[in-house]
Amino acid sequence: MSAMPNEVAQLTWKHRNVIDLDNWTREELYFCLDQARHMENVMDRPIKKVPVLRGKMCVNLFFENSTRTRVSFELAEKMLSADVVNWSVSGSSTAKGETMRDTAWTLEAMGADIVVMRHGAVGAPQYLASKLKHGIVLNAGDGTHAHPTQALLDLYTAWKHLGTLEGKKIAIVGDVLHSRVARSDVLGFGTMGCDVVLSGPPTMMPREIEALGVRYEKDPKIAVKDADMVYLLRIQRERQQDGLFPSVDEYHRWWGADSELLTYAKPGALVMHPGPINRGVEIASEIADGHQSVILEQVRSGVAIRMALLYLCGGGAR
Amino acid sequence: MAQLTEKARLMDSQDLNRVIRRIASEIVEHNKGTDNMILVGIHRRGVYLARRIQKMIEDDEHVKVPCGELDITLYRDDLTTLFEQPMVHSTRMPEDISGKAIFLVDDVIYTGRTVRAALEALVDLGRPSIVQLAVIIDRGHRELPIHADICGKNVPTKKSEVIEVRVEELDGKDEVVICERDAE
Repeated sequence: MSAMPNEVAQLTWKHRNVIDLDNWTREELYFCLDQARHMENVMDRPIKKVPVLRGKMCVNLFFENSTRTRVSFELAEKMLSADVVNWSVSGSSTAKGETMRDTAWTLEAMGADIVVMRHGAVGAPQYLASKLKHGIVLNAGDGTHAHPTQALLDLYTAWKHLGTLEGKKIAIVGDVLHSRVARSDVLGFGTMGCDVVLSGPPTMMPREIEALGVRYEKDPKIAVKDADMVYLLRIQRERQQDGLFPSVDEYHRWWGADSELLTYAKPGALVMHPGPINRGVEIASEIADGHQSVILEQVRSGVAIRMALLYLCGGGAR
Repeated sequence: MAQLTEKARLMDSQDLNRVIRRIASEIVEHNKGTDNMILVGIHRRGVYLARRIQKMIEDDEHVKVPCGELDITLYRDDLTTLFEQPMVHSTRMPEDISGKAIFLVDDVIYTGRTVRAALEALVDLGRPSIVQLAVIIDRGHRELPIHADICGKNVPTKKSEVIEVRVEELDGKDEVVICERDAE
């Protein structure tokens, strides 16, 4: 933890919504991480609550199931004293045919100040944001596009351990093709000046991935070599039926993280995973529970980073 | 942002140092010694002032005096009127504040709203036995029933004026100046 810098330059916060990290500068990323650090301090207090969002209404609008992300946002909102409404798709009016535009207007009519949205379709949060006059939108994951809060919490966790991220080597291993986490992490770590290397089955790599400024190495041992952090992506078992990899065992043998793979990384390299983990698939238990794993710390970072975003985007006058 | 024009210097570095020294000894006097007390600086300049007071008391009394820092940003009552979010700074207490005598330290007391926020932030951290406030300058215009227990200097001001307490750690030199906000 001593790696954290003491002072981060003050800046004027410009982002009204958080849809993706493609328009964030390095200074903005560090500023957000710094604010999250002070928010994490609130989590350690006997009274885990500050009044900064008192009277603001947050709607967690989830069109896909995600208990972890929703609970993380909900905790963050509650620690900032916002009023929280959870709106999940099952049994909601979308099932009855309501359009997204009408949903937006309905939310606004109810007085929503901040909408946290998870949707299976790429661009849904962006569209919702364009229909809201006052409310702001934080993207909690849209299709295979972006998951900016996950990338920010990954940056935050890495920053706490590694210090300044410039020049650090990050290896991301797994199903990059279907992963919004990977896409946002590539953007985030890339903006920070990291050397990002991807690995995984060729069937799970997007075409022309180098366009994002990263390298691809089929062999994870080469990808992980001298890495400061190894990031494992969740493998969805359904992908096996799609023929993207032959079997779970085979995936684990080739690309799963075990203690042998880690010997190629820098000694003491961090191991991260967005969760929930598949033990014995993309990560062996000995690694998930090992001393290099910061997977549970990522969960905690998630609450802090979401508090920071809620404060920075949702706290002021509208 | 309105520009500030410096009108007069109220204290130079020596004057400011004398005032801090007097505040330090008044704190020890109010506390009847150095037991059971914590100095708490309010961000940003209060933090540096509190650290100086800590050092003076420690040098004079040959004891260790705990010193914390308090950021009141998340407790401000004017956030919904601001278009720009102020930066959050750290809040750190050296130990549990419950049952302790807390001496809040800030540079200027004006409307009293910062102190109100600081009190709310403090009671979220524990239940001090007593809280007292020490400031370098009291410039009047209170909007809440709050007063300073220890004050370096009373300076009657106009609302259009601004008092700047400058500290070497942040501003490169120690001084107190009074400025006029230029018409925009």
